[in-house]
Amino acid sequence: MQKITREQLIAKASELLSNGTVSQVLGWGKGEFDYDVTPTLFSSAEELENGFVFNDFCGANFSKYLVSKAAKADGKLLVFLKPCDTYSFNQLLTEHRFDREKVYAVGIPCEGMADISKVKAISGDGIASINADGDNLVVTTLYEDAPITIATKDVLAERCINCKSKKHVAYDELMGEEGEVLASNRFDEVARLEAMTADERFAFWQNELSRCIRCNACRDACPACTCEKCVFDNPNSGVENKSPANEFEEKLFHIIRAYHVAGRCTDCGECSRVCPQNIPLHLLNRKFIKDINEFYGEYQAGEEVDSRAPLVNYTTEDLEPGEVFDRGDNNA
Amino acid sequence: MRKCSLEKINEIFAAIAKNAALYLPVDRTDGSAAYKKWEEGTVWSNALNTVRSPKDFFFPQTEDLMRFKTKGKTVQLEDIRTEAEAFVVFGVRACDVKSFDILDRVFLTEPADSFYANRRNHGVIVSLACTRPVETCFCKTFGIDPSAPAGDISAWKTESDIFFEANTEKGKALLHTLSELTEECDDGAVAEQKAKINAVMEKLPLKDLSTKGFGGGKTAELFDAPEWDELSSACLGCGTCTFVCPTCQCYDIKDFNTGNGVIRFRCWDSCMYSDFTKMAHGNNRLTQKERFRQRFMHKLVYYPENNDGLFSCVGCGRCLAKCPISMNIVKVMKKIGGNKGE
Repeated sequence: MQKITREQLIAKASELLSNGTVSQVLGWGKGEFDYDVTPTLFSSAEELENGFVFNDFCGANFSKYLVSKAAKADGKLLVFLKPCDTYSFNQLLTEHRFDREKVYAVGIPCEGMADISKVKAISGDGIASINADGDNLVVTTLYEDAPITIATKDVLAERCINCKSKKHVAYDELMGEEGEVLASNRFDEVARLEAMTADERFAFWQNELSRCIRCNACRDACPACTCEKCVFDNPNSGVENKSPANEFEEKLFHIIRAYHVAGRCTDCGECSRVCPQNIPLHLLNRKFIKDINEFYGEYQAGEEVDSRAPLVNYTTEDLEPGEVFDRGDNNA
Repeated sequence: MRKCSLEKINEIFAAIAKNAALYLPVDRTDGSAAYKKWEEGTVWSNALNTVRSPKDFFFPQTEDLMRFKTKGKTVQLEDIRTEAEAFVVFGVRACDVKSFDILDRVFLTEPADSFYANRRNHGVIVSLACTRPVETCFCKTFGIDPSAPAGDISAWKTESDIFFEANTEKGKALLHTLSELTEECDDGAVAEQKAKINAVMEKLPLKDLSTKGFGGGKTAELFDAPEWDELSSACLGCGTCTFVCPTCQCYDIKDFNTGNGVIRFRCWDSCMYSDFTKMAHGNNRLTQKERFRQRFMHKLVYYPENNDGLFSCVGCGRCLAKCPISMNIVKVMKKIGGNKGE
């Protein structure tokens, strides 16, 4: 269960609306079921009361919405940011993608968000209701007479199991207690892939990427992908395409995208969350982050605004291309 | 009606696969299911639905239409059409079977799409009644009975047996090839199964969703509804809903210059994309709101207007399950039209 409640968030948002600090609130809107929340703009206490939710399924990272929504807001826009969202927030600020003056950021604690597919894998599908009860989720389904109790920690999203930080790196106001940067195991899976032979690794990615339907959800949800016109959408770019050209062509799209966000990706994990085909896209980005850490020293995109990212910052200590080449050879 | 023990299901599959390519839902490594070609050892999935719909069999995401080469002032055309393979799609749910009717009206109306028609003529659909509808299902809204799926052959699965009923000549011919593996039976067990499914349908959260307020002639009323702003506000503009949808049928035709001639191909397009229906003068839908509205107006107003009131949604629930921001046709139907306020 989240430490902060829906009621506390509504009270905070209503207060900031009524005292004129903000004119709109970007929050989680109630869905048809207990797990399908939609990012929603609220303008009044009444709207918040009717439609605002906060529960274990509020995983969406709102930072990217600031690019489009903050520009349109009349006054300031209130945005609730979980710790991981604040890294994207800073990264977008570094890239001058939204006007900081138009945003009022409230940092909120996060206990990790649940992955509905993991819930269904335990409860069976046909979900009738899901309610948090302490450290558990109580699930009722259309098929079981008795409610099913599931430990929330057993159904956390991958990115939350490997949470990198409970600390907020940006906010105007913080609700609840500040957390710490965590020693996460997020690179373990990358290390496992690195340990594979080249053929095994190829087979792994072929299996994963061959499922791609080229819906672009990963790109469109990604806070690091904010080009106004993506080359892949531009008929004049020569590389525009709307569908996979063959069963494994997608390696091009995904690898090009991973290169494009390298050094800027904060590892928020939205790409994997939104993928309708469950492709672990975050592993491509983490490989880049792990390499950057090993090549240039520990670096976390979004930790600070205006930090010099290693890939755009030359120092005489930078490693030589030959060293990278040798390293690749040894891992083949 | 004929039946066969589920213990012999692999013999059924082997018998079908002897004469035609057989495709059926198979569990994947990521926990969901997809249609795969059957071969000895393939295990049939119990999943209610596949991520991608079976429309792919008739209308694949991408296909080459023709090749041509220019030489001086002449253009050499190469017709690359071939006869489609004979194939059977097994285990198609009632909602997805209905989607073929919707696609047929688009692709088989004269001038018929010969690529689509070719596959349609060579494909046999063996449907399967649902055993476990879920919360995202709303096929009944569109008059579909999940316990009585259409198709060339309808099938029902119980704990122990599978039952078949042929509906078309193609279906009869296929079922005839299975006569040694199946036996004639009455429809008692199937009737019982149907009752079970229909009892679950009564418990579904979306069972009362209605199409009232939508349909032909509603353009003027719904096009400028103020609710479109709010509904489309969070839309990312990705193509997930359109690409997992069994009835989305829009495509783009493009030329690929191979350096030695041109391949003209078509691929699915998505009304959510910024260059959808781009024309010489530019683009006629400049905002995501307009693109978002297009999808739902097409399914709920324009299509029925041109197709005797038939809606172009089958309530399969894929978009409900897959939209990254959980915005979908159900939420649209509840905000505008006749479900307003319910």
